[in-house]
Amino acid sequence: MKMRLDEQTIALRAAKEFENGMVINLGYGMPGLCANFIPEGRTVFFQGENGILGYGPFGVDEEKDYELINASDQPVTRLPGMCFFDSAASFDMIRGGHIDLVILGAYQVSEEGDLANWGRPGRPATGMGGGIDLASGGKKLMVMMLHTTKEGGPRIVRECTFPLTARNCVKTIFTDIAVIDVTKQGLVLREVAPAWTAEEVQSLTEPNLIVGEDLKEIEL
Amino acid sequence: MPVNKIDETCDRAVADIVDGSTIMIGGFGSFGGLPIHLIVALAKQGAKNLTIIANQGGVGFELSKRIKPDGYQDIGILVQNGQVKTFIGSVPVLGGMPPTSPLEILHNERKVEIEMVPQGTLAERIRAGAGGLGGFYTSTGVGTRVEIGKEKRVINGREYLLELPLSADFALIKAHKADTLGNLVYRGTARCFNPIMAMAAKTTIVEVDQLVQPGEIDPEAVVTPHLYVNRIVEVKR
Repeated sequence: MKMRLDEQTIALRAAKEFENGMVINLGYGMPGLCANFIPEGRTVFFQGENGILGYGPFGVDEEKDYELINASDQPVTRLPGMCFFDSAASFDMIRGGHIDLVILGAYQVSEEGDLANWGRPGRPATGMGGGIDLASGGKKLMVMMLHTTKEGGPRIVRECTFPLTARNCVKTIFTDIAVIDVTKQGLVLREVAPAWTAEEVQSLTEPNLIVGEDLKEIEL
Repeated sequence: MPVNKIDETCDRAVADIVDGSTIMIGGFGSFGGLPIHLIVALAKQGAKNLTIIANQGGVGFELSKRIKPDGYQDIGILVQNGQVKTFIGSVPVLGGMPPTSPLEILHNERKVEIEMVPQGTLAERIRAGAGGLGGFYTSTGVGTRVEIGKEKRVINGREYLLELPLSADFALIKAHKADTLGNLVYRGTARCFNPIMAMAAKTTIVEVDQLVQPGEIDPEAVVTPHLYVNRIVEVKR
């Protein structure tokens, strides 16, 4: 049956990119879910731009500590070896290229890998936070997003119409129906959700997709 | 005799903040790391035309119940009171919240100006202000609306923007523990913007969970050296 993946499942797929020893920053909202799906046998370290490295899973009720949060304001838990630092030191890590992988949410991604993930039409005061720093400073940037808007329009577009976070920064896009790489040749469709065809994904994507030679179903 | 830095109450610690002051307020997002009692004291004190420099603009008491069931006060109370003229920060308004935070309402009514700054640039501008630097070049914001009006320069083949320092008349800080001299240690992610803001103001006022005697904090563990701290209030929790 043709279905769209839910947020947890997109997170599960994205987390397969975690490699042993990586330092990873998970952006506000949906990317935070990836912390629950570290592939078995791998050790990674989550950095939060609020000044934390090496935090554990989300805290449950009685252990919730609001002086121990990730950058999405969610209480997390202590792990041996974790450490804290101030905001300036945190962004030294980010700008200085010391974060191996950044996964952010997005409103739009362009053909060229431009990212728009903070400004919302009609809400000029909505904050940009640390997304701009993360998008321009991380070694590798991946995006998790729904493939289309609530109205069914494309979010993967020729040119972003929302305020930009950074240009030419996105390497891979995980959506509820596809996995797409941004390459010099253009957007390459690598994987589709179960029962989806490349044509169907294309019809919901504004720029032209190059169908990867090894196109396959998303493995979960 | 060292100067006595201890204030008995938050009300007394913020009593001399005058209209038109620039104030840095520590914290990151929700209440962990926010000097809540100092903020409430400032709301009561009533100084107006303030420029507030903080990471987040606060959601206000009503929306805060979505984060913590009992709710909590944050910078929203100062905005709601009409005390704030300008807000400088990276998250004036949270996109995931309804558009009813005091800052979003008053900004839409053109009653509060907002200067939005990428979070890392905000932190570094504060550190530059604290350390007596005239600014710095960063590639954060190149190719976006952040670059508008800024000097751009190519260094080693990469484009950078000139960003200028931030400093303040007062900083309101939350720390975990202080000794009576003003050496500070923090707890967990409540550290965030607090140590750098503590260094960037003419008068730094700190609310702490616990006040101890000099010697009771391991000198190796001190995060903020005492020379940056002017006033300390113990708020036991």
